[in-house]
Amino acid sequence: MVSYILRRLLQVIPVFLGTTLLVYYMVFALPGDPIAALFGDRQPPQAVIDALREQYHLNEPFWVQYGLFLKNLFTFNLGVDFTQQPIAATLGRVFPVTAMLAIEALIIQAVFGVLFGVFAGLRKGKLFDSTVLVVSLVVIAVPTFVLGFVFQLVFGVHLAWAKPTVGANAGWTDLILPAVVLGLVSFAYVLRLTRASVIENMNADYVRTATAKGLSRPRVVLTHILRNSMIPVVTYLGANLGGLMGGAIVTEGIFNVPGVGNKLYQAVLRGEGPTVVAIVSVLVLVFVLANLLVDLLYAWLDPRIRYDH
Amino acid sequence: MTSDIRIEESGSHQAKPLLEIRDLAITFKTGSGEVKAVKNAHLTIMPGETVAIVGESGSGKSTTALAAIGLLPTNGRVSGGQILLDGEDIANASEKRMIELRGNTIGMVPQDPMSNLNPVWKIGYQVKETLRANGKPNGPDDVAKVLAQAGLPDAHRRAKQYPHEFSGGMRQRALIAIGLSCQPRLLIADEPTSALDVTVQRQILDHLDTMTTELGTSVLLITHDLGLAAERADKVVVMYQGNVVEAGPSLELLRNPQHPYTQRLVASAPSLASRRIQVAKEQGIETDELLAPADAKTVAASDELLKIEDLTKVFKLRSGFGRSTDFTAVDNVSFSVKRGTTTAIVGESGSGKSTVAQMVLNLLTPTSGRIVFDGVDTSSLGRKELFKFRRRVQPIFQDPYGSLDPMYNIFRTIEEPLRTHNVGNAASREKKVRELLDQVALPQSMMQRFPNELSGGQRQRVAIARALALDPEVIICDEAVSALDVLVQAQVLNLLAELQSNLGLTYLFITHDLAVVRQIADHVCVMEKGKLVETGATDDVFESPQMDYTKALLNAIPGASLMLPPEVA
Repeated sequence: MVSYILRRLLQVIPVFLGTTLLVYYMVFALPGDPIAALFGDRQPPQAVIDALREQYHLNEPFWVQYGLFLKNLFTFNLGVDFTQQPIAATLGRVFPVTAMLAIEALIIQAVFGVLFGVFAGLRKGKLFDSTVLVVSLVVIAVPTFVLGFVFQLVFGVHLAWAKPTVGANAGWTDLILPAVVLGLVSFAYVLRLTRASVIENMNADYVRTATAKGLSRPRVVLTHILRNSMIPVVTYLGANLGGLMGGAIVTEGIFNVPGVGNKLYQAVLRGEGPTVVAIVSVLVLVFVLANLLVDLLYAWLDPRIRYDH
Repeated sequence: MTSDIRIEESGSHQAKPLLEIRDLAITFKTGSGEVKAVKNAHLTIMPGETVAIVGESGSGKSTTALAAIGLLPTNGRVSGGQILLDGEDIANASEKRMIELRGNTIGMVPQDPMSNLNPVWKIGYQVKETLRANGKPNGPDDVAKVLAQAGLPDAHRRAKQYPHEFSGGMRQRALIAIGLSCQPRLLIADEPTSALDVTVQRQILDHLDTMTTELGTSVLLITHDLGLAAERADKVVVMYQGNVVEAGPSLELLRNPQHPYTQRLVASAPSLASRRIQVAKEQGIETDELLAPADAKTVAASDELLKIEDLTKVFKLRSGFGRSTDFTAVDNVSFSVKRGTTTAIVGESGSGKSTVAQMVLNLLTPTSGRIVFDGVDTSSLGRKELFKFRRRVQPIFQDPYGSLDPMYNIFRTIEEPLRTHNVGNAASREKKVRELLDQVALPQSMMQRFPNELSGGQRQRVAIARALALDPEVIICDEAVSALDVLVQAQVLNLLAELQSNLGLTYLFITHDLAVVRQIADHVCVMEKGKLVETGATDDVFESPQMDYTKALLNAIPGASLMLPPEVA
């Protein structure tokens, strides 16, 4: 098992180099001059432009720029962005916010999705099941930005249960409303996946055998239906965690959350290669580690999967 | 099955049956209304007695047994009659009462060892939770003791393993251990060994016998195999279409069946009527099941149509980090098949018999050795020649549910090989399909139907018609009748025998079932672990087997030791 984890961690190196190279190249190849974009309509003195180009190595060829980026990365010096802010400080500011948002959304999906899914599955065809199925279908069908604005209006403005926008210094409670919006679509998928899985496992032969052994119904559900049903759900949740971190652009935009999505969007617009690549690098690490965690969890849930041989 | 202890026990409880089922009716709610799966079932089990319910699939035998332990599917209910356990009617008992009874009063050993253990829990845990739920001591030693009693060696270590680390036989032992762990008074064994090889089957049933005798447990045995039922049970109950049609002491019922269905069942049970169909025919024995056209058996031409020389197949098994170990699936096998005869390759799972078939079909490339078909080495065939070869050698596979395309209707299924090989035009192809349907005794009206609308036997007939479409010379049947009920199996075997004498076909029959071998084969090759251990004429091998392995296989046929019913013997 230890050797498996080590091997998986070593795999991070090529994945990391590959993704950063790709992203760096895409930002490099973006049309338009980042320095010109920085100044907008004003025409700065040529000396200033030259100094900035020198500072950000914009006159160097692509490979040199990428090499310098890597060198800085390994000396833990991420440099400054075009507004002379240290990039490391920016990362330190935006990631905690998005991490809080993603964790809240994940809890909403995992806890409520599984809970509702299990109850719906066990009561297949009853009123609760049918209601939940219809509601989850609506949630899946309506686009996130519509849900976001509706929730903002209803819960934020009319009912005033939560602040309609988040702004700076966001805390756990401030993020509940955007977390609900962010988690809702996956909640619906998790619910449906759990429900289908529970229904399938309820009819499994070993569940009938467990009942024949004299086990009570709650024990049968807990030990024999629930654990087996979690296997596909865990896979989905893991793949989804990366999406929660990176894909929060729309939600963060609607609720004005000062997180990764917002920052990344601005950096892409400005053509700030170093910032974009720095954010993406962290996202890659999160994604790879989340997937490793899922694979380990998967092996724990299903002993037929073994990595160490 | 009778021992001194057992007689004493049943003697002292003479008047009180342990389980009595009276006029039981069970109804299922389906999309198209209510279906009566069991109409009228009745049986009595005395303490310590073993009673077998015999019937084909759909006869209601399993449903009756499941009702006795309160495990009917959610859409099923007992709609009439009583199930008396020690005089208490449990037909409509509360779930709470049933949970009390399950495990320590009524135990169950289910059918399929592959799907009845939860793959995510250790074997030991699955035993432990049974003991715990029934208030028994459940420490590691208690768990190991239960497993050891079911014949699992090294039980402490085995308890820490997961089901996928067990073989089929070991899993079934674990399930028997679970079923008997709380010393129930009644054990329901639903086809407990039908998924296992014959030799393993015998060991497991012997062990089950010993355990239930020691504990004085009554057994309700569900099986489709009359031979097995007669050998293992004191009494046999025959069910047909939801009704108990006949019941009585095993041997009596076997030798003197009264009901027409039981008579047919006895006549076609391959393990009992172990006579070659064609031999019986030549001797003029005519029963409904042995009906075949009167023309004499085609005298086999002496030429060798198929010759297998030193055939070997080695698979590479991955063992991680790019290393691999060799696994010899087929080891230096040689035999030949004469035109117009039937050769059976028989062996347990893992013996390499199917691998041989796949190499003969040219679906797998041999590691070494030659397959000579009609004088030509099949490995030397080019693309076009291979296409022609496929026309002359056709397969029929085991699973009639899986080998027909569900999206093709019957006409298209049978016509497909003709179209692939550009035979005739649309009109002549349709005529050919109609002829083929006649040959396999299916109505022509069936052409527009789809596989899911057909029964298992009908589908296998379609598979045979498809194989015959190109007028092949050799048909390779890979477990072609294993998935069928005994009566349907007998019909299909008859059809194959009839087609052989009419068309001069050569069969290579792959099977694990020695009883089927005896009915259909001229020659038999016995395989064990990739090696050919014995070969010869079927009658010789059956009457005087030379190798221990063959003897073990023959002894393991259920009911082999029983006397044949007089009218067949």
